[in-house]
Amino acid sequence: MSQTITPAPIRKTLSVRAPPEKAFEVFTAGIDRWWPRTHHIGKAELGRAVLEPRNGGRWYEVGVDGSECEWGEVLLWEPPRRLMLAWHITAQFTYDPDGYTEVDIRFTDAGDGTTRIDFEHRGLERLGAEAGSTIARMDSGWGQILGLFLAAAEA
Amino acid sequence: MAYSNAFAALADPTRREVFERLAQGPRSVGDLAEGLPVSRPAVSQHLKVLKEAGLVTDHPEGARRVYQIDPQGLGQMRAWLDRFWDAALAAFQAEVERDDDKEDEA
Repeated sequence: MSQTITPAPIRKTLSVRAPPEKAFEVFTAGIDRWWPRTHHIGKAELGRAVLEPRNGGRWYEVGVDGSECEWGEVLLWEPPRRLMLAWHITAQFTYDPDGYTEVDIRFTDAGDGTTRIDFEHRGLERLGAEAGSTIARMDSGWGQILGLFLAAAEA
Repeated sequence: MAYSNAFAALADPTRREVFERLAQGPRSVGDLAEGLPVSRPAVSQHLKVLKEAGLVTDHPEGARRVYQIDPQGLGQMRAWLDRFWDAALAAFQAEVERDDDKEDEA
């Protein structure tokens, strides 16, 4: 049996009362203005969240003590329509330079000065795949098992 | 639950076999031991490890104990992210619209 089942991506759709240019700008350059202060992975308290506005730009936090901690990077920078980010944070909430899941955000002009935002966080099976060195010791069967497990868990 | 525990628990081939059988539906220890080249106590031991790793749960059914895959196990991370993005996107929306209101007033 070589069935591959992956966990469903997280999908959100929302509408904001602003044109796409503004929505994109607040999401990116203004990320520190809305990012939940409680959610960071560095040892120090979150000073600010930063998203560098370009392809390949860094996505990171600066702690109140000035220490920096990477979160990921910009995979696709297409203002004001689309932004794709690599989320290099593992299931253990640590930074992993090699493994990531994808956050994909589309901004669509819905007229009347509003923007429809289609948000997707996908590739969640990799949160397991990158979970640690235990994986390296396991044979190729683990992916199937993970798939089976997730299928059952979501049934 | 630490996910590394879950993967360590599945590193053993027999334990994976037990787990795969449970993926097909709830089973008792006796059902699971049938057709496996290990003893029933060995299957119980594997189930204990899987349970500690948060991968399976058990409940009594009459005189026997039935095991099944824990729907709260590996799905937990996804559920956490789902809630996190709900909160983060709501904050983002409020910030965009707050900004917009400010411009309207200017």
